[in-house]
Order: sequence, then C-alpha cells, then structure tokens
Amino acid sequence: MTKYIIRRLLMAIPVIFLMILATFVLVQAMPGGPFDAVGQKSMPEHIRILLERRYGLDKPLYEQFFRYLGNLLQGDLGPLFRQPSSSVNDIVAQTFPVSIQLGLMSVMVGFILGIPLGIIAALNHNTILDYVTTFLAVISVSVPTLVLGPILIYTFGVKLDLLPIAFWGADPPFTLGFLPPLTSTFFRHAAMPVFSIGTGMAAGIARLTRAGLLDVLSADYVRTARAKGLQERVVIVTHALKNSLIPVVTILGPLLAGAVTGSFITEQIFALNGMGRRFVNSIGQREYFLQTSLVLVYGLLLISGNLLVDVLYAWLDPRIRYD
Amino acid sequence: MTTTPLIRVENLTKHFPITRGIIVQKEVGAVQAVDDISFEIIQGETLGLVGESGCGKSTTGRTLLQLHKPTSGKVFYKDIELSTASNAVMREMRRNIQIIFQDPYASLNPRMTVGSIVAEPLEIHNIGTAAERQERVKELLELVSLNPHFINRYPHEFSGGQRQRIGVARALALQPDFIVCDEPISALDVSIQAQVVNLLEELQEEFGLTYLFIAHDLSMVRHISDRVAVMYLGKIVELAARDELYENPLHPYTQALLSAVPIPDPVLERKRKRVILEGDVPSPANPPSGCRFHTRCPIAEAVCKEEHPEWREAVEGHWVACHLAK
Amino acid sequence: MTADKKLEKLKNAKKIGESRSPMQDAMREFRRSKIAVGGMIVVVFVAILAIFAPVFSPYGFEVQNLRNNRAKPMEGYDITETYAEEKCHWYETPLEWGCTVFIAGSDALGRDLFSRIVYGTRVSLAVALAAASVSLMIGLIYGTVSGYAGGNVDNLMMRLVDFLYAIPLLPIIILMTVYFNAVSRQGSESPLMIWLIGLDKAAGGLLFVFIAIGALNWLGMARLARGQVLSYKEKEFVEAARALGAENGHIIFKHLIPNVLGPLLIAESMAIPGYIFLEAVLSFIGLGVTPPTPSWGAMINEGYSGLRSNPHLVLFPGFALSTLTLAFNFMGDGLRDAFDTRLRGRN
Ligand SMILES: Nc1ncnc2c1ncn2[C@@H]1O[C@H](COP(=O)(O)OP(=O)(O)OP(=O)(O)O)[C@@H](O)[C@H]1O
Ligand code: SF4
Ligand SMILES: [Mg+2]
Repeated sequence: MTKYIIRRLLMAIPVIFLMILATFVLVQAMPGGPFDAVGQKSMPEHIRILLERRYGLDKPLYEQFFRYLGNLLQGDLGPLFRQPSSSVNDIVAQTFPVSIQLGLMSVMVGFILGIPLGIIAALNHNTILDYVTTFLAVISVSVPTLVLGPILIYTFGVKLDLLPIAFWGADPPFTLGFLPPLTSTFFRHAAMPVFSIGTGMAAGIARLTRAGLLDVLSADYVRTARAKGLQERVVIVTHALKNSLIPVVTILGPLLAGAVTGSFITEQIFALNGMGRRFVNSIGQREYFLQTSLVLVYGLLLISGNLLVDVLYAWLDPRIRYD
Repeated sequence: MTTTPLIRVENLTKHFPITRGIIVQKEVGAVQAVDDISFEIIQGETLGLVGESGCGKSTTGRTLLQLHKPTSGKVFYKDIELSTASNAVMREMRRNIQIIFQDPYASLNPRMTVGSIVAEPLEIHNIGTAAERQERVKELLELVSLNPHFINRYPHEFSGGQRQRIGVARALALQPDFIVCDEPISALDVSIQAQVVNLLEELQEEFGLTYLFIAHDLSMVRHISDRVAVMYLGKIVELAARDELYENPLHPYTQALLSAVPIPDPVLERKRKRVILEGDVPSPANPPSGCRFHTRCPIAEAVCKEEHPEWREAVEGHWVACHLAK
Repeated sequence: MTADKKLEKLKNAKKIGESRSPMQDAMREFRRSKIAVGGMIVVVFVAILAIFAPVFSPYGFEVQNLRNNRAKPMEGYDITETYAEEKCHWYETPLEWGCTVFIAGSDALGRDLFSRIVYGTRVSLAVALAAASVSLMIGLIYGTVSGYAGGNVDNLMMRLVDFLYAIPLLPIIILMTVYFNAVSRQGSESPLMIWLIGLDKAAGGLLFVFIAIGALNWLGMARLARGQVLSYKEKEFVEAARALGAENGHIIFKHLIPNVLGPLLIAESMAIPGYIFLEAVLSFIGLGVTPPTPSWGAMINEGYSGLRSNPHLVLFPGFALSTLTLAFNFMGDGLRDAFDTRLRGRN
C-alpha cells in the first residue's frame, strides 16, 4: 500500500508540472499586461517598463517560468502586482483555510444527512417513505447553490432575520492551520453557505446509498438471512451497509471537485474571503502569479483528494489490491 | 469418403502477450494458449476437439480462421496458405470458412433484426440486390427450420435454440464448405442440444460440409464426430478415429476424461476403474516443463518432466504425445 | 383456398411478423413511469416556449422602460400611449391594471422579467443541446478510437484523459474563456481566431460556454464509450462479422456505435442538468452570454445585489432554472431505468 501511495505521488509530479506550465502560458498569453493602467489612466511608458523589469516580466517566457518554478520549490508563490505590500502566499494563507473549512463541512453535512436518508429509503423500499425521500433528493439535486443560496439568505437572513447573510465568522490564524474556532458566531455564519452546498451533496449521496443498499439487500445471501428473522436481519443490514457504501466512496472524488465549483459560487454569494472568490475577482486583472498559484493549489487539493478516495476504496473493498 | 485434407494445420502456435506499462506497454510474458499443434481435417468429415475449459480450443478455432493472427505456424485451406494470405485473398476465403459460436446471446447483435443479421454476410460481400437478399434470407431461415416471417424480429424475442439456428443461417449464407462449431450446444438445454446437433448433421449431408466441432467433454462429440482430438493446456495430446479413441485411449489424460463419462451399463459402470485427476490445470502463462500434463499425470516418470513427448503415430491413424503410451 | 381463409392467413402472418425492438420495449417501460413522463412533458413545454418565445413574451427581452424599473410582480404602471399600443399582447389584464402589468415584475432597467425568463429558456436549452452534442461527439469518437485501436494507442489516449481528470479543469476553463473574450474584444489577425470570433457571434456569444462545458464533460463520455467498445469488441457478434470478412468501418458503424450510443445518450441526458448549472455559473460570474441576451444565471447575478428589496429578480429566474433541471433529472432517471435492463422489474 505504501508503495502504491508513493508511486501515485511520483506520478502526480509530471501532472502538476504540465498543469502549471499550461496555466502559466495561458495567463501570460492574455492581451495586455498588469501595468497597462493606473486606475482609469494609462501608465506612462517608462514607468511600465521599469515595473515590468522589476518583476522580470521583460525576460523570455521560459526563463520566467523556470524562475517561478524555482521559487515554488522554495515555497514562494510569487508577488502580487496590485498589492506590492503582500504576496500570493499571504492571499493563500488567508483564503485557503476558509475554502477548506467550507468544503469539508459541506462534505460532512452531505454524508451526515445523505447516508441515513439513503438507508431509510432502502429499508422502506417501495413505501411512501421511500418515495418521499427519493423525491426530495431529486428536488435538492435540482436546486443548485446558485439558487439555494439566495433563497436561504432571503428566508433566514432577511425575512426571519436569524442568520448573518455575509462573511465568514472566523479569521486566520487557525489551529493547525485549518481548524475553525467552535464559536457560535462561526457556526451561525457557516450555516447557510455550508447548507447551500451540502444539501445537494446529501441528495446525491442518499441516492447512491439507496441504490447500493438495495443492490446488496437483493443479493441471495441477504435474502435467506432475512427470511430467518429480524435479529439476523439487523446483523446483515449492518454487514450489508459496509458493502453498499463502497460506491458511495467513489463519488467522493466528484464531490470534492463539486465542492470546488460550489465554492466559486457560494463564496461569491455569501461574500466569503475564500480562494474561489479571490480567483473569480482576479480574472479581469493580469495577476499572473496569483492565478497560476491558485490553480496549483486547486490541483494539489484534487490530486490528494483522489488519492485519498482510492486508498479508502482499497480499505473498504479488500478484493482490490494495489501493488 | 475421400481422404483429401480440406484444412491442414502445421505447427500452429498462438501466444497472447501479457503487457505492463503506464505510457508505453512492454511485453512481460505470454499466455501460451495454443502451442505447436498440427492436424488435418478431411473433406466431409467432422473432427471433434475436446478439452477442459481454457485449454485453447476456441483459440485454435479462431486462429485457424485467422481471427487471431498466429504467432507462428501455418494453416492451409486446400492448397492456399491462409496464414500469409493478403487481405483481399483472405476476404474471398471467408466465403468458404465460417464459424458458429457458443453463446447464442452474445453472438447476435441485439440492435439488428434477424433479417439484417442473416443478410449481413451478403451485404459484406455485395451479393445480390436488396430484394434478392431478402429472398435468400427467407430461404436460409427455412433451411434452419425457422419461420421466415420472423425476419423483422429482434434476437431477444427468441429462445436459445432458435438463436443458435439464426447463427447457423448466418454462417451458411455464403455457402461455405468448412465451419468451425465452437461449442454450439454447450449453452443450450439438454432437450434442445439434440435438435441442433441433428440440424448440423442434416446440413452437413445436404451441402457436404466439413466441421471442426469443439466441445468440452467427450460425451458431447461422440455422436457427431468421425475423428476426435483431445487437447490439454495448448497442446493436442491425442487424435484418433472416434471408435478407436473411445475404445482404446492411449494418453493418460484421455483415459482420465473417459473414465469420467458414465457408462449406461450398470455392471460395467461398477467394474471400471476411475481415474481421478488431482490438482488444478496449471496456468497457460507458465506451463510445466517437458510434458505439460506431468503435474497431474498418474503414471508420470522422471523423463516426463524433462522432455517434450513427441507427436507420433502409435497405431495407424492414431496419434499421441506421451512418452509412456504404447 | 377461399378468399376468407386467405385473409385470415394474411392476418396471422402479420401477427407473426409483428415485433418490438429493444428501443420500443424501453419506451414502453419509460411511459410507465409517470414522473419521468411528467419531466418529459415539462421539457417539451420549455422547448415550445423557447421556439415561440416572441409569442409567449409580452415585451421584448431587451426593451427598457426606465420609468418602470424594479416593478413588483403583478404591479402595473401607466406608461406612454405608444408603448402600450404597440406592445400589448395576449395577456390583456383587467382594466384597472392598464395593459402594462409585468406579471413577474421588471428588472433594474425596467425590462419585463417574465419576457426575459421566457427568452432565457433559449440559452439554457441551447447550452443543454450544444454541450451534450459536443461532449457526445468528442467522447464517442475519442472513446471508440481508443477502445477499438487498443494497445499503445489506447494506453496513450487514456493517459491523456487521466491527466485531464487529475487537474482542476474549471478554473483553467474560466481562464481560457477570459482569454478568448479578451482576444475577441481586441480583435485578432490569426485566421483561427477570426473564424472562432465569427462562430461565437453566430452562437450568440455562447460559443465558449459550449466549448467549456463540452470540454469539461467529454472525459466521462470518452471513458464510458471506451469501456463499452472494449466489452462489445470482444463479443461474438463482432467476431462473427470479422469471420464474414467485414472491414473495420463496417464493424465500427454497424456493430459498435449502435450499441455504444444508447448508454452514452442516457449518460448525456443525466448530465444535462449539470450543463445547465454550469452555464448559469459561468454567466453568474460574467463569462457567459453577452448582454442583453437573457440567461438565468446572468439574471440572478444582476438581481442579486437587490435581493433584500426585490427578491423576485433572483427567485423567479432561480425557480425557472430549478424547474427545468428537475424536469431533466426526472426524465434522465426514467430513461436510465427504462434502458437499463438489469434494473428492470426492480423498482
Ligand atoms: N484475446 C485473448 N487475450 C489474452 N488471452 C486470451 C485471449 N483469448 C484467450 N486467452 C487465453 O487463452 C487460453 C485459452 O483460451 P480459449 O478461449 O481458447 O479456451 P477454451 O478451451 O476455448 O475454453 P472454454 O471451454 O472456456 O471456451 C485461456 O487461458 C485464455 O485466458
Ligand atoms: S508423457 Fe509422461 S506425464 Fe505426459 S502424459 Fe505421458 S506419462 Fe504422463
Ligand atoms: Mg471456448
């Protein structure tokens, strides 16, 4: 297993390299540069040249790229053109924990709501309870964050005036870099953003759990065991559950990717200072290093998320051997 | 019956490479599915080919038809070497040699009607107009005792035996003279097996067909075969006329297979000695040295481990590959 | 034989010749699910709305009426005579309202929200169709070639898919869209860019949305197609065709694609809600349609800042978006259940 993980990590290196290269070339190819204007006026030619020289933007592209790579290896994500006093590292340090907290909590809500609902639906297969759960699941899959967010804000924030409608309830530094403070302010702020991503996930998970459990429950050995009486049935259900959860784990990968997409919107809607919002706000600017580095961080997240899923998968399903 | 061989197989070998690699694949070994086999099939006869699952029977049939490219060795149809024939020649040859498959479900495209399935060979070879083809399809369906009105139905509306008949009709469309029957009855109900075998026999008589009839146990081929070949782990170990083989088996493997076939006479059945084979069939990716059967052979001796037994004619027309067989 | 008997025989023959294709079987199964049929009816209805948008919308989607901006739903205003005369349509409202009622209210520029929502169906459906076709075509061709070729070609092609799966495509696609928009604003000399810009104009500024969504989603389709091709190309009916002398083209077009297409189409129908969401997301962050073309995502974005006082500007387009995806979801589930014979008889 360790060998497998090491091999996967080694394989990730060229992937990351190509990803950085593609992004770097793409952002640099955009028409115009970071110093074309100051406010509404255009920048005087000689100052622009000076500034560009200062950040090495006058050098050939490959030289810039390798310098950036070299800095990356030393943990330097590059400068910010708009705010010379801070760097990309500062931005990531501020926004990354927010996005991670939002994503992880959403996935947690997804599982905590989704799995029990899926189980209830499967155990009451073809009863009203099953239909209602399934129907609700399809409805929540169909209401995207983009719609659910404003609905939540309007209902709980504006009409009922129960929850704050914007901003994240905690600021860095965090324990271990990402653990949020367990204060009521934090949870009150987090509630709506987390639910606006989490319910859709819960619905997807519930549907998968239901299908997986039905599959296992219709297997012959479970049928016979069920015929023998309730006591055994309870045992089997707990056994069956582990097997039926295997397909659920596979969607963790897409879920993590979905959490990224979701965060682009949610952070925008709830004005959270996360990576997604920072990225979207930077698209009109020519912040080469910020954009490339944020893509890099997303890539690292995705790769480690996928690796985690595969490891979990192997652990749940002993038939799979990686060697 | 004439004795001109219609099909001649010389030292035919088929190895499937085992590959590994992330970007470019390297060959790290090979499944020796068929290894250096030679035999002839005589015009008008049925040669039975018998062996356990995975011993390479289908691979033999398919390599013979050039559906797999042989690793080495030659296949002749009459005097034409198929293994080196050009694509154009091979395409023409395909009219003469055909195949019927084991699985009546997988062998028919579920999205095509019976009519278009049976007409497919005619289309591929540009034979006739659409109307003529339609007529021919009806004839063929009648030939295999299917109602020609079924022409617009889909395969899933038929039973296993009926589907197998559709497969036979398709194989007959180009009027071949040689057909590989790859376990055509193994997947069918016992009650239907006889019907399909009878159909094949009738067709053989009517059109003078030659068959290579594959099966996985000896009882299945006894009725239909003129001669029988026994295969073990990619090798043919014994080949003889049917009665000779059943009455006087020389190879220990054949003996073991025969002893597993129940004899209808209860007295004989009680008296006879059963040879039970021990152990599993070894992997064809890593076959045993010397005689491939030595790991399970009840009479194996030291020499068996070391040397390949030679393929020799022990009695006239009775071939065997075993050091100890008389 | 009497004429009567002949007739009877003919009738019987007809009966024997009658047949149901797997397709007809599945459609029968599909029709049994009321919810799925309901979903399909909604989709068809929305399609009709999109095609006949000018008939169903009382005002043009771009007509501004600054004096009557941010009207609440069902609120009416007095507006100029000429306007009323020209634009009044079939939903003539009671006299006390005049004829200037905005049934769904109006936006910040005084444009009729209902009309914009009706026209918005065009964008969503166009994206659903175009993105589905793009990803289906690319996925089908790529996956079929990869699976059919096998060996090193297959291996290389699949490694590329793995690579694209491993990287965060959405932010990169966003950057590509930004790049394209910037270049097309600036104008370009390269013939390729000129061609693309022309195409984008023809697609109502949606070209890059199509490309982006297609590019994000062909990967799954390619994997699916390849898997299907791999399993079908070993099937005995393909082997039978080869034994008959069929060439690769015949096998691919006659045997593989017809069998692979079904599962791909079902996967596409289940992916469509995702495409519609993604368009809304891109439009929401300002990378989708060019104004004033109404897209539901862009409308949510425009109305969002005034959520507190004018929630209808967000809620109505959001409701439309959710209804359409709900319908597609129900329809997709129904199609999957109907065509997946393994599931048949279970639910
Ligand atoms: N296309 C292939 N690629 C790799 N290995 C193959 C291929 N086809 C067959 N083999 C292997 O070659 C060996 C012989 O297979 P083959 O299908 O010829 O056996 P068989 O005698 O027909 O068995 P059965 O009775 O199960 O049909 C098996 O070990 C099989 O796994
Ligand atoms: S050669 Fe030896 S091992 Fe092989 S069958 Fe004959 S006796 Fe047995
Ligand atoms: Mg076989």
